Amino acid sequence: MATMEKSPVLVVLQLSGGNDYMNTVIPYNDPLYRDYRPRVAIPEDQLLPLDHDIGLHPSMGPLRDMYTQGKMAIIHGVGYPNSVRSHFRSMDIWHTCEPDKTGTEGWLGLATRELDPRKDNIVTAVSFGPCMFRALSVSGVPVACVDDLETYGLLTGISPEPQRAKILERFAQTYSPLIGKDEVMKYLGSTGLEAMAGADILKVAPQKYASTVKYPETSIAKKLKGIAQIHFADLGSRVYYCDHLGFDTHANQGPVHATLWNDVSQGIEAFFADLHEHDAADNVLMFLFTEFGRRVRDNGSGTDHGAGGVAFAIGDAVKGGQYGEYPSRKPADLTQGDLAPTLDFRGLYATILEDWLHVDPKPIVKGSFEKPRFL
Amino acid sequence: MASEDIGLMAHLMRRAGFGASREELEARAAKGYEATVEELLNPEAEPVDRYEFLRYHPGFWKPITSPGMGSAAWFHTMLNTQRPLEEKMVLFWHQVFATGQSKIDHWHELITQADMLRDKGMGNYRDLLVTLAKNPAMIYWLDNCDNHGHAVNENWGRELLELFSMGVGNYTETDVREASRAFTGWTIALTPPRGYYNRWDWEFEYIEEDHDDGEKTFLGHTGNFDGEDIIDIIVQQPACHRFIARHLYNFFVADEAQVPAWQTTPPRDPKAIETLAEAFADSHCDMRSTLRVLLLSDFFKAARFAKIKSPAEVVVGLLRLAGGNEFPAPGIGNLAKQPTYMGQELLNPPSVEGWHTGAEWINSGTLMKRVNFAATVLGDLSRPGIQSMLKRLQSQGDLSPEGFVDRCLDLIGPLELQPEVRQRLVEHAGEGGTLSWRTEYDTSSSTKRFGEMLQMIASLREFQYC
Repeated sequence: MATMEKSPVLVVLQLSGGNDYMNTVIPYNDPLYRDYRPRVAIPEDQLLPLDHDIGLHPSMGPLRDMYTQGKMAIIHGVGYPNSVRSHFRSMDIWHTCEPDKTGTEGWLGLATRELDPRKDNIVTAVSFGPCMFRALSVSGVPVACVDDLETYGLLTGISPEPQRAKILERFAQTYSPLIGKDEVMKYLGSTGLEAMAGADILKVAPQKYASTVKYPETSIAKKLKGIAQIHFADLGSRVYYCDHLGFDTHANQGPVHATLWNDVSQGIEAFFADLHEHDAADNVLMFLFTEFGRRVRDNGSGTDHGAGGVAFAIGDAVKGGQYGEYPSRKPADLTQGDLAPTLDFRGLYATILEDWLHVDPKPIVKGSFEKPRFL
Repeated sequence: MASEDIGLMAHLMRRAGFGASREELEARAAKGYEATVEELLNPEAEPVDRYEFLRYHPGFWKPITSPGMGSAAWFHTMLNTQRPLEEKMVLFWHQVFATGQSKIDHWHELITQADMLRDKGMGNYRDLLVTLAKNPAMIYWLDNCDNHGHAVNENWGRELLELFSMGVGNYTETDVREASRAFTGWTIALTPPRGYYNRWDWEFEYIEEDHDDGEKTFLGHTGNFDGEDIIDIIVQQPACHRFIARHLYNFFVADEAQVPAWQTTPPRDPKAIETLAEAFADSHCDMRSTLRVLLLSDFFKAARFAKIKSPAEVVVGLLRLAGGNEFPAPGIGNLAKQPTYMGQELLNPPSVEGWHTGAEWINSGTLMKRVNFAATVLGDLSRPGIQSMLKRLQSQGDLSPEGFVDRCLDLIGPLELQPEVRQRLVEHAGEGGTLSWRTEYDTSSSTKRFGEMLQMIASLREFQYC
């Protein structure tokens, strides 16, 4: 089939709350693992071994299959120097690549600006969920924020249509970016205009969508389905962002963590099945990350905030396998009881930016970092 | 009535309440600003009767897990309260002590927590913290029920210092550990297992055998501390006084950087923070005294329209202005979900950090929801508040397009517009000519134009500010 060359698309799935690295990608042959974690260690007969040393959490079956097919990269020991154990500060650092000061510009907002410098397409970046992520936030860069694709539209309650059109025209005038006493007012102005235009563009996506794939009835699957619908509608969107909440497993970690990975793995499985059914998978890279890993020792029921974590890259273009080095679990090598990161996350971003989105990473990640070569 | 007095009173009522009708503003302005502040701080009106709500919605008596419906009772209170500052303080503390259904899975305990915040929110902060530390929803939310003498769980200890009292940079990892030890044994009493339709109420319990009674060193103090001792040390810290001052400023005065950035971003108005921190320290952490200083200050009075409304303020403000939803009719559950669609699901914040506020409330999706909801409510001419605005407008007689726009802005706020924006509205009004009520035809067309003008005003950027 003759196809035009497709532009690369990035889908970010943020695992909010601090996903527990050691129970996600399990160093099951290390006796220290069981010593540290008498209450939350995954029994060896349940985990999904990838090799002699490493196994995945039992709920990650679909991801294990992707790994076996060579479509998933596991990136070990990701973090940054002097790890912060506050969720919010750490997430901000991941979003802005600014570990030393409070950053205001998100890495994917900056990437979106490079991808579409003249703002030709206001749905170049799409955020799923009622809130926008700081990773996408850069002054002057439009982001379409979608909660429910089916009801997306401005002043839809006003009728008849000619009257609505007239009001919308006035709306556009009053939101003019030329009028604005300060930055916030200007931000509201451009956001209003983008909402109006974005709604017109995005409303076609669910109308055009047809698929035999059944997504699970979970919040993450709903978001991924929305992303698939927009992707299939060929609207030129390049960056999609969504998250799944609840990885802050201080307590009752066993069943909680299992449910989380069950929902995430099955959602991703359905998403990629849908992409393949529509011959739309080859230009999609999915990236999963979390703000930090969790403490090496359990606390009797769960695990507290830690440092080094794990990230994943999934897609047809990914060179599957493991990248980087699993941080040492030896007591002397831990920092404050946590895994010391072995890879700076900004190197991971650099791989995605340079080798996938073809954007110069240096001004975005602010420096040069070791790049894991999973693409 | 001087319009300046009305403008200032409207500002006070937007911040210390959910806005007010023109009638209420005039009545309050006649009593004076200081008297109004005093009345807000020490309200005499009867609290909203929860049983009024429960009588018509018995299913909300100890709601269990019905998704998204649990905040309906609180929503009903916000719509009806005549003690608006008290209710605003529930929202304030709910943002600071953000606790969510996503993990609690027990609406009744969250409603109980909100009731506690209403009861104690304007009192002494030290007592509030102690009560909070014993609040079952909080204990479960931050896993203090898993904080044992032999196995410390740091979640509550860390967030108490980071998010509830001092902020990052004012304590060490060792302080987190030591504070957590002091709260070991502070837990929830065992309850019978949950059934399909019921959960048991949670009760605080102190288990002495599970408490680590050993010596602890916390913020330079050493002793065999219990949780209350830790809180006593915290409330003496200047960092704590500044922390509460910044929260109050951000919530009541003007949007500024949020908690995670406080370590690196100085306050927008350092003198105001100093004033508030001092009032807080001098009053031994009395919220009412500190609020009085804030509401009477010049920096507060000068901060008109310096904040983006939160979704709860948008929805409750519109419904109180337009009226018609005071009675807990069927559908109030769905109405209570409106803030959720705009990014603020009450009793279910995204994390213990609370919501990202200020301009971060706004994105293309949430702005759309705000505009659509406002247009629906204000375009409904059958609502009593809209009818009363219409009568006031009619009493002005014939109005030029300018007069029509200005009267509407006055009735809805008073709202201040950028001149170019006002000009657009005047142009739109001009297309219909003079607003007149002389004939039945005039009246019907002017009424329609009035509804449309309200919708247009409500969709403006300026309307998102409070």
